[in-house]
Amino acid sequence: MDNYEATRSAIEAVWRIESPRLIAGLARITGDVGAAEELAQDALVIALEQWPVQGVPDGPGAWLMATAKHRAVDLVRRRARYDRKLQEVGRDMEAQAQTLGEPDVDKMDDHIGDDLLRLIFIACHPILSTGARAALTLRLIGGLTTSEIARAFLVPEPTIAQRIVRAKRALAEAKIPFEIPARGELTGRLRSVLEVIYLVFNEGYSATSGADWTRPELCAEALRLGRVLAGLMPRQIEVHGLVALMELQASRIGARTGPGGEPVLLSDQDRRRWDRLLIRHGLAALDRAEQLGGAPGPYVLQAEIAACHARAASVNDTDWERIAALYVVLAHLTPSPVVELNRAVAVGMAYGPGKGLAIADTLTGEPALAGYVQLPAVRGDLLARLGRPDEARAEFTRAAALTSNERERALFRARAAECRPAGSQDTDP
Amino acid sequence: MRYLMLLSGTNPATPPPPALYEAIMKLGGEATEAGVLLDTAGLLPSAAGARVGLADGKVTVTDGPFTESKELISYALYDVRSREEAIEWASRFVKLHRDLWPGWAGQTDILQVMGPGGGG
Repeated sequence: MDNYEATRSAIEAVWRIESPRLIAGLARITGDVGAAEELAQDALVIALEQWPVQGVPDGPGAWLMATAKHRAVDLVRRRARYDRKLQEVGRDMEAQAQTLGEPDVDKMDDHIGDDLLRLIFIACHPILSTGARAALTLRLIGGLTTSEIARAFLVPEPTIAQRIVRAKRALAEAKIPFEIPARGELTGRLRSVLEVIYLVFNEGYSATSGADWTRPELCAEALRLGRVLAGLMPRQIEVHGLVALMELQASRIGARTGPGGEPVLLSDQDRRRWDRLLIRHGLAALDRAEQLGGAPGPYVLQAEIAACHARAASVNDTDWERIAALYVVLAHLTPSPVVELNRAVAVGMAYGPGKGLAIADTLTGEPALAGYVQLPAVRGDLLARLGRPDEARAEFTRAAALTSNERERALFRARAAECRPAGSQDTDP
Repeated sequence: MRYLMLLSGTNPATPPPPALYEAIMKLGGEATEAGVLLDTAGLLPSAAGARVGLADGKVTVTDGPFTESKELISYALYDVRSREEAIEWASRFVKLHRDLWPGWAGQTDILQVMGPGGGG
């Protein structure tokens, strides 16, 4: 039935818009994220039954909220009665039952922003694995279904379903309070939130496995999450840094893939295909971060680096010296072989491939980079530019063997094939 | 997926009520906070614009207004997951006009923007 299907789609759209705030508000009443999600789902089921018959109400969000609130209050009262009947009256529980017995439902709407933020913090709680945090965040704040999350991460649906169930159970068992972290632990907890959002973004931006090079819808999801967080925590410099970083990286998505779906590296991208709107958003977010003052964190620094690319008309116009310098600061804040490898690339561009290779060569024995695709890829590029084609070819061949992304493998094979003995090669500017 | 929304319509003789502006700002704020509104602005009447055309190899420039169609009033660029979600946001916008500016009639056209997120 067409009309029925249309209503169903409309309900799903309303659900996506409203469910995060709905679940957040309910979690504050019940103190339990799992129960909140179930109550919200119940309201959705009622809507799916009623709306196709009675029509979609004028304020569908408010309708869902009111329906779910009633059920939440019922649930809390039922629980309180149950608790009393069981006479498990430790003083704490009694006190809790009383406060929960008469929730101040009308105040719920005033706290939506805070509730949503609490929900984000609890979904990204460090007691959960990063995979569980990502799945729970996409489910509760992104409004994605389990099957959508499974498709996004290319894992079977039951795996994701189980991950979410376990995560909710773990939160309940650990009695994680539905609160915004106190000042002292805010930085650490926020780091966990930012990490989850960036993980989702990267899963879309550089699909680590499978036939696709990027899954743009996952990037879009992470971007929306980041923007939501920036609205909720406007004074946090690193939140704006992450948003800036994602907007700037996402601006290149259209140019990162060739007509056949093959990856196109930054140096070869047609910059006219970069998304000017996202660049503008990214630079604006970076401005906001800078205006807040204070020391830039890793996301702001990475966004600064991305901004150097965004502002440059071509690879040669890029301020590689600034990028190399930013990597020094980044390496100071978050020392890692990967950052060092990126610095090698920037130094190779700013001061010549020999200087870059000298840095990259210090990383070849690094255990953390054993099996890391970009190490041979970067060394291959630097060696090729130094006119050492045999060594370059060996590096590209190794990179091709290491990657699990089919598109990327084809790219490295092509680069290996380009490495001809010195003298037979066209000069490369 | 990106959608361009174009609002066109016929304004009644009454001036637009301040409450409408207020409600539009509020809805825009909600959409921004939800991370879905990328850009939006109002448009001046087409009398302030012009049309550059091409027919039979000839480029022509015509001053506004373009009387054959309803006036375009505003545009918005949304980044949402589905066409239905775009429809929901547009419906909320149109309902504000219904509730706050009696006599107003018009429409929002929703067009999907080409891009890597689909529709390319």
